[in-house]
Amino acid sequence: MKRDNNNELSRRGFLKKAGLLGLSVAGAGALMEVVFGDDVLAASAAESSAAVRWAMVVDMTKCAGRDACTDCMTACHRAHNVPSIKSRRHEIKWIWKEPFVNAFPELRGGRLRADLAKTDFIVLCNHCDNPPCVRVCPTKATWRRPDGIVMMDMHRCIGCRYCMAACPYGSRSFNWMDPRKALDEKAINQDYPTRTKGVVEKCDFCAERVDHGRLPVCVEACKEKALAFGNLSDAKSNVSKLCAGRFAIRRKPELGTRPEVYYIV
Amino acid sequence: MHDRIKIFGGLALFIALATFPVWYARATGRANVAPEPKLVNAGKECVNTRAYMREYHMTMLNEWRDEVIRDGKRVPITVAGVKYQKSLTGSCMKCHANKADFCDTCHNYLGVSPSCWDCHNYPGERKHETR
Ligand code: SF4
Ligand code: SF4
Repeated sequence: MKRDNNNELSRRGFLKKAGLLGLSVAGAGALMEVVFGDDVLAASAAESSAAVRWAMVVDMTKCAGRDACTDCMTACHRAHNVPSIKSRRHEIKWIWKEPFVNAFPELRGGRLRADLAKTDFIVLCNHCDNPPCVRVCPTKATWRRPDGIVMMDMHRCIGCRYCMAACPYGSRSFNWMDPRKALDEKAINQDYPTRTKGVVEKCDFCAERVDHGRLPVCVEACKEKALAFGNLSDAKSNVSKLCAGRFAIRRKPELGTRPEVYYIV
Repeated sequence: MHDRIKIFGGLALFIALATFPVWYARATGRANVAPEPKLVNAGKECVNTRAYMREYHMTMLNEWRDEVIRDGKRVPITVAGVKYQKSLTGSCMKCHANKADFCDTCHNYLGVSPSCWDCHNYPGERKHETR
């Protein structure tokens, strides 16, 4: 660079350098957006500010130890025509039980309350605020609704299974075979569709009920009232009060997915 | 040339048979056997006119699908004072409960097999269609 006698930047050189710097900053921002998507940049921002933010709080102090109880799971799978396939390679799950160490692998080891390690946790799609499954879907078959529900459009799913690879919670299942072959024809819920071979499925927070002002099936089915569903953006809602008053944890918060299913332990 | 009669007779018969669809249609005024779907409507008015439904029911179903699933617009539509959910199983099939005599008649005639039934249920379905 040409310098004047005082060994300082010439005016021309300074402008050039400043321009270059400006360009590179703007370019880096654009590059970041292309590579990571604007939701990664937004991930550093505060929690969702929408007027409605559906979330679930699972009170494990009410659920733990009831090993024989499968009320929430049975009710959900029956209402949504989820087949029970024994083979682990083909199974379909919307809501199920997972041992603590699997649900919270980052908390294993260390000295935790002894009973936790023996507890099976109720797990389902976390309806993440920053859902990686949504970012990778090439057809927008899955997307995040403004109210936080991570929704699936089975009509649009091409079965590429990118979302399954992206979800860090194993919340998604793939229909390797026609699920109707495994469904009990007599126990089918005629008012809810089945799925077909070659699509991915998962819990959708019972969007079809929530949109009509009803609670999710699992929440209604639990006799212990261990599951609570509500609007986290409303400070007076049941879920807000539960989270404010009790100690609750989320699954793998370190990944930045911002799950919206909370566990009271 | 002993077989003249046989040859020309056979030829005439062949032409008569090969052009059967043409002269039969001319003679009877019926171009074809049109499909006759059996309309069962549970005494209610349809969500749209007969002409529209005949040509565009699939377009309408796609629009309903997008509104309900993608936009969460699940408010029912009102026709002649009756509320209808935007739903194939929940509304259409409630009136037209006879899929085999209604939907399938035209679909089979046209050789289309809509993938709707791969997932959606219909009344009286004894055994699900599987692939
Ligand atoms: S839990 Fe998995 S499937 Fe559900 S929103 Fe998060 S990343 Fe997507
Ligand atoms: S499997 Fe379906 S939902 Fe998942 S990423 Fe592929 S198209 Fe999207």
